[in-house]
Amino acid sequence: MSILSLQSVSLAFPADRNISRTRLVLDGITLHLASDEFIVVIGRSGSGKTSLLNLAAGFLKPTSGRVSVDGTDITGPAADRAVVFQDDALYPWLNARDNVAFPLKLKGVAKGERRLSADDLLAKVGLENAGAKNIWELSGGMRQRVGIARALASQPRFLLLDEPLGALDALTRTRLQQFLLKVWSDSKTGALLITHSIEEAMLLATRVIVLAPNPGRIIADIPASFGRQLLGGKSLQDIRDSPEYRRLHDGLNGLIHADSEEEAA
Amino acid sequence: MTINIGTVIPVTPTMPGDVVTEAPKPRRSLGTLPVSLVTIAVIIAAWSLASAYGLVSPLFLPSPLIVLKAIYSVAVNGFVDSTLAEHTLASLLRIFAALAVALIIGIPAGLAIGTSRIGKGILDPIVEFLRPLPPLAYLPLIIIWIGIGEASKITVIALAMLPPVILSTAAGVKSAPADFINAARSFGATRLQILLQVILPSTIPSILTGTRIALGAGWSTLVAAELVAASRGLGFMIQSAAQFLVTDIVIAGIIVIAAIAFLFEILARLLERWFVPWAAHR
Repeated sequence: MSILSLQSVSLAFPADRNISRTRLVLDGITLHLASDEFIVVIGRSGSGKTSLLNLAAGFLKPTSGRVSVDGTDITGPAADRAVVFQDDALYPWLNARDNVAFPLKLKGVAKGERRLSADDLLAKVGLENAGAKNIWELSGGMRQRVGIARALASQPRFLLLDEPLGALDALTRTRLQQFLLKVWSDSKTGALLITHSIEEAMLLATRVIVLAPNPGRIIADIPASFGRQLLGGKSLQDIRDSPEYRRLHDGLNGLIHADSEEEAA
Repeated sequence: MTINIGTVIPVTPTMPGDVVTEAPKPRRSLGTLPVSLVTIAVIIAAWSLASAYGLVSPLFLPSPLIVLKAIYSVAVNGFVDSTLAEHTLASLLRIFAALAVALIIGIPAGLAIGTSRIGKGILDPIVEFLRPLPPLAYLPLIIIWIGIGEASKITVIALAMLPPVILSTAAGVKSAPADFINAARSFGATRLQILLQVILPSTIPSILTGTRIALGAGWSTLVAAELVAASRGLGFMIQSAAQFLVTDIVIAGIIVIAAIAFLFEILARLLERWFVPWAAHR
């Protein structure tokens, strides 16, 4: 049973200042996210992957096609889909705890209760001692974990993650990928993550969706199980050394960069 | 780089990358301060010499010592029925009453311009009409409309303060990151919640800047407003003293006004540090 559905979705933006001419950003996207899935959308820049996420979030409306959650067409952003942003988008005038509690405050949850929930969530992301910290006192990795805790606070049906680890250094990024897997499997929500890292896509996804640019369209939809293997206790090194990992890596690499040579020529 | 991480790491509070970055301390360089102090010393020295050698008649330029004595005398004995403290208090009350009016009207107006096309359409021409006008130009009209009492002075000062408050607030709205608003939307915030809990707080640094500019505009207007039919206030004190050619009190008044404006500036910066410590980290 899919919680998020995109049915033949297309998106066009006005080209330049000429309103009558439009540029097709996404073309005929059909995608279903089940409640236990972790879909990673990968593609080069210009493939419309962020637009795809913005459509699912409700920040953008499709030019044609339907976007629905639990079978109902969406009309805009709503609390059933929480977004985690690349630049964390945490509010600097709130401390870490109040940032996490923010979605609850919007829902009118009483102060004492939402503090408890926020502390709970902070503990879940390994930041139990950071509640009173100012946002600018936290490292990039910690800020992203606060952002994920905040997204979980709104108890969404699924998470939308817009390159949340893109700005982090390599080591922190690897750790946070595994952390994200654990959060996803513990919270039993669906997840849709955007990335341009093949490694990240392969480690996190239960399905990898490859977008090709101009206009953005799905050219591959490949199941993957490396994340589950990692959760099951297999070591990262063993996974990376396995032939099926290499095969998928080469395959994805070929798909993503297929037409980049002819473009350069 | 190969790191054998093994199985999924339990999430612990001590992940790498958890280095808590110390808030960078604002750079406290002396900068231009020593040079500025020398400039001030040179001006005062030149002023002293000019009066000591009688280069300028004391009627036009009394010596610094005489001005200091004038400040003391006005503080203790008063001038035209009021002491310096009373003149200052009268002026400050006008300034702060006007500032309150300007903030109460200006912040919502700025939010309206920044968030709504209709709000911008309605308010833009009014603000753009008011902004370039010298307050002295509409002061007589305000007096015709609401008389020569406190109300007209506060109105004129508030009108001078409004454009900077409105424009800074609107600019602050524009600079609020789109992700801040989108995040709130994705948590199901209503338009009002976004306005009050996301846009308004992220606008506060701009509003404080606007307040600082407004206080500057307010001071210049205050003196002008007090030249017309006031019986107390620093502007009135200077004007009365000038009519009797009591130059030392004129200069004393100018120095007091400058000193208060300087204190305002320091106060505004302290407020910024207390209220929006995060503004330095954006």
